Amino acid sequence: MSTTAIEIQGVRKAFRRRERRAGAPWWRRDWKEKVALHELDLTVEAGGVTGILGPNGSGKSTLIRILATLLTPDSGRAMVFGWDVVAQPVDVRRHVNRVSVEASFFKELSPWENMLYAARLYGGGTSGTREQVSGILERLGLPLDTLDHPMKQLSRGQQQKVAIARSFLTAPSLLLMDEPTTGLDPRSKKEVQSMLEMLRAEREVTVLLCTHDMDEAAALCDRVLMMDNGRVLADGSAPELCREHGAATLEEVFMDLTGKTLEAEEEAEEVAT
Amino acid sequence: MITATRHPELNAMFGFAERSLHSVRRYWVWEVVWLFYSMVSVLSIGFLASGLGTLGAAGGSFDLHRAQLYLLIGSLLWGYLSLVFMEAAFAIAWERWEGTIEYTFMAPIRRLTHLMGICLFAIGYGLVRTFVVLLVAIAMFNLDFSHANIGAALAVLGASTLPLIGLAIFTSVLPMVSPQKGEQMSFAVQGFLLLISGVYYPLTVLPLPLRLVGYASPLTYALDGIRKSLLDGAGLRAELPAIAILLGMGAVMIPGAVWVFSWAERRAKRLGLLKRSG
Repeated sequence: MSTTAIEIQGVRKAFRRRERRAGAPWWRRDWKEKVALHELDLTVEAGGVTGILGPNGSGKSTLIRILATLLTPDSGRAMVFGWDVVAQPVDVRRHVNRVSVEASFFKELSPWENMLYAARLYGGGTSGTREQVSGILERLGLPLDTLDHPMKQLSRGQQQKVAIARSFLTAPSLLLMDEPTTGLDPRSKKEVQSMLEMLRAEREVTVLLCTHDMDEAAALCDRVLMMDNGRVLADGSAPELCREHGAATLEEVFMDLTGKTLEAEEEAEEVAT
Repeated sequence: MITATRHPELNAMFGFAERSLHSVRRYWVWEVVWLFYSMVSVLSIGFLASGLGTLGAAGGSFDLHRAQLYLLIGSLLWGYLSLVFMEAAFAIAWERWEGTIEYTFMAPIRRLTHLMGICLFAIGYGLVRTFVVLLVAIAMFNLDFSHANIGAALAVLGASTLPLIGLAIFTSVLPMVSPQKGEQMSFAVQGFLLLISGVYYPLTVLPLPLRLVGYASPLTYALDGIRKSLLDGAGLRAELPAIAILLGMGAVMIPGAVWVFSWAERRAKRLGLLKRSG
């Protein structure tokens, strides 16, 4: 019998900020609303990797942050393994860990000190933790002499490996990966992807992988959701989506759905910011 | 996979203190700088009192030695109290700056555990640093505590810990409410407490409105009680009213501060402020 890992019903999220209209006096500011996520319904069964694809501002990170209990939806309901993210956040957090685009570490502390901090927050102590951390890092190919050096001395790829090792340590049932390979060099990117495959093979874990790398999604995900402007445009496995849209790649599927390429979207956003 | 401990919340609370301790060890040069700054501040107040003599304040009913002790106690305690609540306030701002705020707020622990862990370290750290400064002040000014009732003073200091934790949590709300200006607002609160709590002067010199606000500050009772014990040798019995007031304030302020923090956290989650860039 399959278990539902994520159940989302009508979740919507908008951000409001006060802005001064052109020509308006300096004291007069109006509220402006930007919808990050339109009413979303989604069910993800336990196990496997579900990819969420879309450009920046498509609502991927908003969805991840809601599931991580870091954002409250304006309306609707989001459940993780039957726990409500708003009403039962501590229960949700026991089952969830997150690897984000920026490795969230105290940069002056060493990987070991950061890992010990994580272990304590997730109910562990010093007993046996150092051996476990060494074991995980060794398997991830990180030299053990880096364990006691400040994080800031590690490369971005190495920091991301430590972030993944940290998520292994806390053994989550749901792993939220928010663009874990963005900004990494090709070799580090490949290594992080291999780690994800290793994790899938070894443990019963549900992975939600946000990415705008279509090749990565095609290679790693059992199911792919394509998002744009806060809406899910397509949902299925990579071969299914390609077949349905008569496309050779997910990039072509995205172009067919939105009339634009993901790369052009990214560039337009970079210029705008 | 982590081997679970018996008391996960206590373990996590210790984890926050341990993390801060590791950080102090890594930033030890800055710790030396801050310790130097604390010493300079306290010694300046001590020499200010000495200077009053040369300005003609000595003589008559003015007891210069008592005034020096009065000001030094104020300076030392203010150093300790302000350090504790600024450590708590910066704990949130620091996590935002480091980029770990999301990870910490995702941890499966009660918020009370998180806040108490921060305060636990802040109090321990504040006591150690103040003790070092006190030793230097004793050596520099030949302070005489022979008439002091140290036990009663420590009892007041202990009782003041509870409202101090409440104040510290209140202050830590500010960087949650305003990621950009919260830290500076903490300085404003600190400055206001300095004005109204009788750190360097008795409350009686303040205009009535400020005096009334001063009576609501727990620091007023902590400073007053500790001074009575150190300057006049007041015993535990004489300190009971001050201790009762401080404990009562703590009993109100800690739940109140946790409630305000929870409100600020809910607001931050609604507005999307719980992230590194704010």
